[in-house]
Amino acid sequence: MTPAASIEPDAAVERDSEAWIIIPLYNEATVIGRVVDELLERFVHVVCIDDGSTDGSAAVAAAAGARVIRHPVNLGQGAALQTGLSYVTQKPEARYIVTFDADGQHRIEDADGMLRAAREHDVAIIFGSRFLDDRTKPGWLKKVILKTAVWVTNRTTGLRLTDAHNGLRVIRTDAASLIDLQQDRMAHATEIVHQLGKTKLPWEEYPVELLYTDYSKGKGQSVLNSVNILVDLLVR
Amino acid sequence: MWIQIILVVGVVVVGLFLTRPSGRDSHLALRRLFLAAFVVVAIGSIIFPQWLTWVANLVGVGRGTDLLLYGFVLSFLIYVSTTYRRNVQLDRKLTRLARELALAEARIEDATNRQDDPN
Repeated sequence: MTPAASIEPDAAVERDSEAWIIIPLYNEATVIGRVVDELLERFVHVVCIDDGSTDGSAAVAAAAGARVIRHPVNLGQGAALQTGLSYVTQKPEARYIVTFDADGQHRIEDADGMLRAAREHDVAIIFGSRFLDDRTKPGWLKKVILKTAVWVTNRTTGLRLTDAHNGLRVIRTDAASLIDLQQDRMAHATEIVHQLGKTKLPWEEYPVELLYTDYSKGKGQSVLNSVNILVDLLVR
Repeated sequence: MWIQIILVVGVVVVGLFLTRPSGRDSHLALRRLFLAAFVVVAIGSIIFPQWLTWVANLVGVGRGTDLLLYGFVLSFLIYVSTTYRRNVQLDRKLTRLARELALAEARIEDATNRQDDPN
């Protein structure tokens, strides 16, 4: 095992077998194949949690070489994430878990960099943040919603993050085994920060870029969805 | 007026109730007490129709029928909120069940893959 990863991310290094990628998957058949392909170039273990997709996403992901776990019915992204966490934390050879979005808006170089930071700085949790630099350019409405989400998250969790509802995170398995997400839908993004904060394990933020393609824009969270998130967090 | 205070307090209590983590048994007990009170009041107002108007006047409402309407609105609100919570809890159970199923299936697949490929 090499102690420090290569500085050049695109050098042909050995594939990472310690870090498991988990991808909540729901009706992303057009993009998931490429996402899995690219991830498998760098990582040995890519797990897709198919959340009852009806467009054959599970078959596409499996054909691309991902390990696919299937929910019998659609439960929500938070539920899928928790299933992935439960699955990987049972694997004794897993050391890190990387949560990754299925729609291709995350960069693999960022995941690499976050893992390198987690190893070198010996921290248990790395949150990706799109607001640490100005590479990511969300529209003003999205920015207002996201910043409100950050405010609510910081209020309820006690952590001081610059971004919330960013799907790219690195979680060491000892931290991941302490997570038990109850929020099946989008409110899990606040809940996971809350539960990770309660572990008192060291954490960091890492600047990432989100690729807002037309595809991901079309699927983005709407204003009404943020109402749902607030209600889900309030009513337990 | 008394009725305004009673109604506002009632609505606020129902609202607060929703945001509290629930003790399931006390929840059920409240539902049942509520239902029992409903039966008693219903029988009472059938046998003594004037009684409702008397109570209404006591809290500052003109007619018993109006009081009935207010009571109905409040009980509807309670019904909606308790049903919502029941749904949330049912969803959690469903999620847990579905997850166990998915993980059990994954364990079986992993075990068979290991047998096929000893590496």
